Amino acid sequence: RAEGSDRGRHRALQVKFVPDEEVLKHIADNTGVKARKDKAQLCISAKTFVKKLENISDNKAQEILEDKKYIAALGICAQDPMENGSSVSGGEIYSFQTPKRSSKMAELAYELAQTPEQSVASDHSKNLEKTAKSPDSSRRNTLQVNTDKIMCLFAWKWSLIKNEFVSTTPYRLRKRLAAPDSHLESESEYSASCSEEEDEKDQQEISTVLSAQKTPAKTKAASTPPPRNSLAKKIKEEKMSNLVEEYFEAHSSSKVLTSDRTLQKLRKRRLNQETLHDLLKKAPLPYAAEIKELNQQHESMFSKWLLQLHLGFNIVLYGLGSKRDLLEKFRTSLLQDSVHLVVNGYFPSITVRSILNSITEEVLDHTGTFRSPLDQLEFITKRFKEDSSLELYVIIHSLDSQMLRGERSQQILAQLSSLPSVYLIASIDHINAPLMWDQAKLSLYNWLWYETTTFSPYVEETSYENSLLVQQSGSLALSSLTHVLRSLTPNARGIFRLLAQYQLEKKDNPSYPGLSFQDFYQQCREAFLVNSDLTLRAQLTEFRDHKLIRTKRGADGVEYLLIPVDVSTLTDFLENEDEDV
Amino acid sequence: GCFVFKPSAKKRRLSHGTAHDFRNRNDKSEDAELRFFTCQSLWNQIKSETEKVQEDLNKQLLDNLVSFLSRSHLKFQEKATEWTCQMKFREIPTAALVLGVNVTDHDLTFRSLSDLLQNNITPYVALLEAKDCPGIKNLMQKLMGQLMNCSIDADSLEDEDYVQVSQSRIRCSMSSLIKWYKSVTEKTDSETPSQKRTSSTYWQPPPVVVIFKDMESFTTKVLQDFIVISSQHIHELPLVLIFGIATSPMIIHRLLPHSVSSLLCIELFQSLSCKEHLSTVIDKLLLSDQFPFKLGEKVLQVLINLFLYHDFSVQNFIKGFQLCILEHFFSQPLSVLCCQLVDLKKRINSLSHDQCENIRRLPSFRRYVEKQESGKQIALLTTDNFLKEETERLLEDLHVYHYNYISVLRCLHVFTSSLPKYPLGKQIRDLHCACLENQVWETEEYESSLQLARMLNKSDLVTMLQQCVEILLSSSGKEFDKTVEKLKEFLTQFQNLEEAFQERDGSISSQKELQKKTDLYHLQKTLLELKESRRSKKLTKFEMLRFEVVDYIDCLVRKYLVPADHRTLHEILYFNTATVLRGHLNAAPRTALHTALNNPHWYLKNQVLKCDGGSISNKAPDICIVYKLHLECGRLINLVDWLEAFTTVVMAAEAPDADTASSDQVDDIIHARFIRAVSELELLGFIKPSKQKTDHVARLTWGGC
Repeated sequence: RAEGSDRGRHRALQVKFVPDEEVLKHIADNTGVKARKDKAQLCISAKTFVKKLENISDNKAQEILEDKKYIAALGICAQDPMENGSSVSGGEIYSFQTPKRSSKMAELAYELAQTPEQSVASDHSKNLEKTAKSPDSSRRNTLQVNTDKIMCLFAWKWSLIKNEFVSTTPYRLRKRLAAPDSHLESESEYSASCSEEEDEKDQQEISTVLSAQKTPAKTKAASTPPPRNSLAKKIKEEKMSNLVEEYFEAHSSSKVLTSDRTLQKLRKRRLNQETLHDLLKKAPLPYAAEIKELNQQHESMFSKWLLQLHLGFNIVLYGLGSKRDLLEKFRTSLLQDSVHLVVNGYFPSITVRSILNSITEEVLDHTGTFRSPLDQLEFITKRFKEDSSLELYVIIHSLDSQMLRGERSQQILAQLSSLPSVYLIASIDHINAPLMWDQAKLSLYNWLWYETTTFSPYVEETSYENSLLVQQSGSLALSSLTHVLRSLTPNARGIFRLLAQYQLEKKDNPSYPGLSFQDFYQQCREAFLVNSDLTLRAQLTEFRDHKLIRTKRGADGVEYLLIPVDVSTLTDFLENEDEDV
Repeated sequence: GCFVFKPSAKKRRLSHGTAHDFRNRNDKSEDAELRFFTCQSLWNQIKSETEKVQEDLNKQLLDNLVSFLSRSHLKFQEKATEWTCQMKFREIPTAALVLGVNVTDHDLTFRSLSDLLQNNITPYVALLEAKDCPGIKNLMQKLMGQLMNCSIDADSLEDEDYVQVSQSRIRCSMSSLIKWYKSVTEKTDSETPSQKRTSSTYWQPPPVVVIFKDMESFTTKVLQDFIVISSQHIHELPLVLIFGIATSPMIIHRLLPHSVSSLLCIELFQSLSCKEHLSTVIDKLLLSDQFPFKLGEKVLQVLINLFLYHDFSVQNFIKGFQLCILEHFFSQPLSVLCCQLVDLKKRINSLSHDQCENIRRLPSFRRYVEKQESGKQIALLTTDNFLKEETERLLEDLHVYHYNYISVLRCLHVFTSSLPKYPLGKQIRDLHCACLENQVWETEEYESSLQLARMLNKSDLVTMLQQCVEILLSSSGKEFDKTVEKLKEFLTQFQNLEEAFQERDGSISSQKELQKKTDLYHLQKTLLELKESRRSKKLTKFEMLRFEVVDYIDCLVRKYLVPADHRTLHEILYFNTATVLRGHLNAAPRTALHTALNNPHWYLKNQVLKCDGGSISNKAPDICIVYKLHLECGRLINLVDWLEAFTTVVMAAEAPDADTASSDQVDDIIHARFIRAVSELELLGFIKPSKQKTDHVARLTWGGC
């Protein structure tokens, strides 16, 4: 490893001292030595990036100024150095997306990784960093150096870990060579993307030790910056329009610059929910003491919450970290002696109706159904108005969850919470959660906001989240597959098996469109599973209704059938089936 | 996902102890209960006061509406006679009620309106909201439901069953509505008239009033259909529509085509603007000596800004005010002294030693003590009784200060509100804020307004002085007797001046007559002389007087408009922790998240996390690192790269023994941590899974590093 990174640093040094004019010249006459050109390219790409960064920061500075004005107008700027936010202005939080390269991430990671062990860093890098600190053009240098360093590091690492990855790259390069994109100049850095990404290229290059084949595509990528360079001032003047342009620039091309690596190639076994849980248990929770202190601060507010609830306000908690435990504690410590309803909003199948049902059925002891949630709400309102001794505390974890964030659900919950003897305390997590409420709902909710940043992990909340399909979808999809299939006739199961097997056979073909209906029919006939085209179609309709298969019409109008499940799940499924049979 | 917890019946708390909660945390101080009741009674007073204000403000509007309804009603009665003539028009009498953008406040207006109508004019009032009426069918359903229900209320409950049954069965159509209306009116007609007349004051036959609360949000189709249909039946059903409009009356014509709007006979009613409403509320709540509780400058500023920049809702302003009261009484143990002067003595006498210590700890009191001579200082700091006496005196002073403050503030406002460009603000609340903030006479704005006041003309000045006299006379403070006298003296001086001026006028004119005969040269000369004399001459009498008046006002200001926080013991009566208020009412959840993710040290006070600038330490919580890394990416993020980067950071942060044998397990743990962090980010809404590429997630926020 040391060797690799050393080499990288040398290279970084070289790159750094290529003067700008020379670079420009190289690009202008396009006849430089291959190796040098390479460097020039690197250098310049780094530079454009820096330029962009500068623009961004300019924009931001302006925005911040405007925000400050606004804040000053609100008369709130000066008075709370202690309050939350440390005067973070809106501009910092909501700035526009700018085109970025993912190498930046690696770079940052490296920087972060470096910080504590600075003493370990070699003399070379120290020198570099020192020169970098000179005020003029410092940022560019550090950036450049860092990018190079990180690239080398990763290149070395990856080439060790995954040989197959390196071997796939040339194929793509070849493909790229074939693509006739000589006329693309300014767009090259985007069009180059889609399949591949900068640092991969470099990595490839370095692993073949600077003697790699020169691709025209690369020089193209390098030829973008110079005009921009001269326009620097103008750009600064056109900050505003530039901002807009950047936004559209970032969103115009559908192609995105990211690497193609997938988790499967990483040979990392997928974790299911349980193992994930176990593993996380092993990992100690960092900063437990501080988190506890935070929680204690929040807990001291409990009696105040109760008071304010009684006085007609409702309470909403926000801030990073799971607020479940906090609310649980609130419940167990203060609400034991009163009727209360706990709603786990993050539960994937929760609905407003079930909330209302549990109020009518369990709190009000009403048996009977209602035509609509509105009727039900009316009934509840009536009951609460009639009986003034009736009180209900409602605790909703994640009021902003998928199932509850709809307009109608919020309306109903808001109306519910506006009842004088219903006390609502809820938590929100999503950054855009406040957008759920318009003025009318806000006035119904009558919120008091409490910031309760807890930093505790969202264990319960994310356990239902189907989010990282990557890791956990498997078991869920598998169980649903087997469940549905069990309820079908043996023939139907056979048909599905056939399709699954065929799909598994073709798993290595990335452009596999699915099995065409005609072929499938043929196969099924041969296996004596169906006797007519119609029976098969009826069967397929059933599959489709259960979302077991997906049909797609190809370019030639032929219907293709596909099981929308990933390969490993499918394999598991077939194995299970074999066991059953 | 829903769980109901019911305590056993025995344990259930009897009459909830709100006061108990109040005490809970402050078990140290024994006054909590008293404090809570003071707080509640104060709030109830204020609430009723605001309701009264609201009522008064709406009175005009409602009266107009009622008279409109009666007129429209007359038309309907006439219809019997001028049957054919009216048939031609088929116009529905309609009131367009422009209420302003603060939709949330409208409910109150509508409620009082429908109450008024139901009590005085007609039992048949239906309130419709757009969200209940996505289609004409729902609208009719809702309308009929409401009308038939209220008919039950109006009639005695004799035939409740009949109506109940019919309501659910009946087909919702206009014809059935008319049938119902006929049956209802006939029934009332057939009833013994004497009984009816005494029991209700409704007009015969009562009109049916349909109120559309939020006209803008109705679908045009529904509105059009309803209007067209009901216009067909207007001769059978005396319908009156009321549109609640938040924007401008133009919206009617934009929503309805000419063919439909021509079926309406629209009359426009404008409610008082919410800003005026706020001014009245401020006037009645803050600038009155009725309530001992007062708002400090920053708090008031926050409330006003919330109003002006966010919602224009007076209701929210009052809610904020309520919160202020609550906070004040909850957090300030000495707020027990925040009561009417009558109770003050008793309460002060019953103060405990701890409370006395609390008083001694107040910063304003400490400043006061430091200014006293040493003997008194010791007495104040050691003898509770002496302290109590002193406190009582000081608090009385504070109350008196407030009376005087208000009166003088109003006087000053009379002056500043008529100056060009309003250097001290147009509204009295601006002036109030300025005066509370710091010593107003030291500000530039005050200086410039005095300058301007010195240039006022006489008639303005006289009317202003008269207004001031009125204000001071109406105020309860006795201190102003002298001031009033002085102002009256000024007024008489102005009067005298006028007379003197008139006399002089005569002499000037005679002078002019003399000058007529002189030649041009002489004229020039005399003019020059005049000019010179004017320059060198002392100010005219009027100007002198004007200066005197302005100086007097200035000295009044300096005497009475001292900012509240310069007064001793102001902490007891003035609530000034604006940050709490803003945190609760105008929270910034996104900022909090941003801070937590970017600067965890803000919350977790651990030295390791301390970092300068925009970077974070690599020992930060996982989610912070993952967040920081994701900021570096574009629209899509490759999970593998992300994981790789995360691993690099985490490995570096943990001990450098990464190459130990158990690295595989470590890897798994890191992997698991990564998964957790990423799914947390997803929950927070920063990313979402993407189908565009395998193993990619899409970023949902812009910007970054």
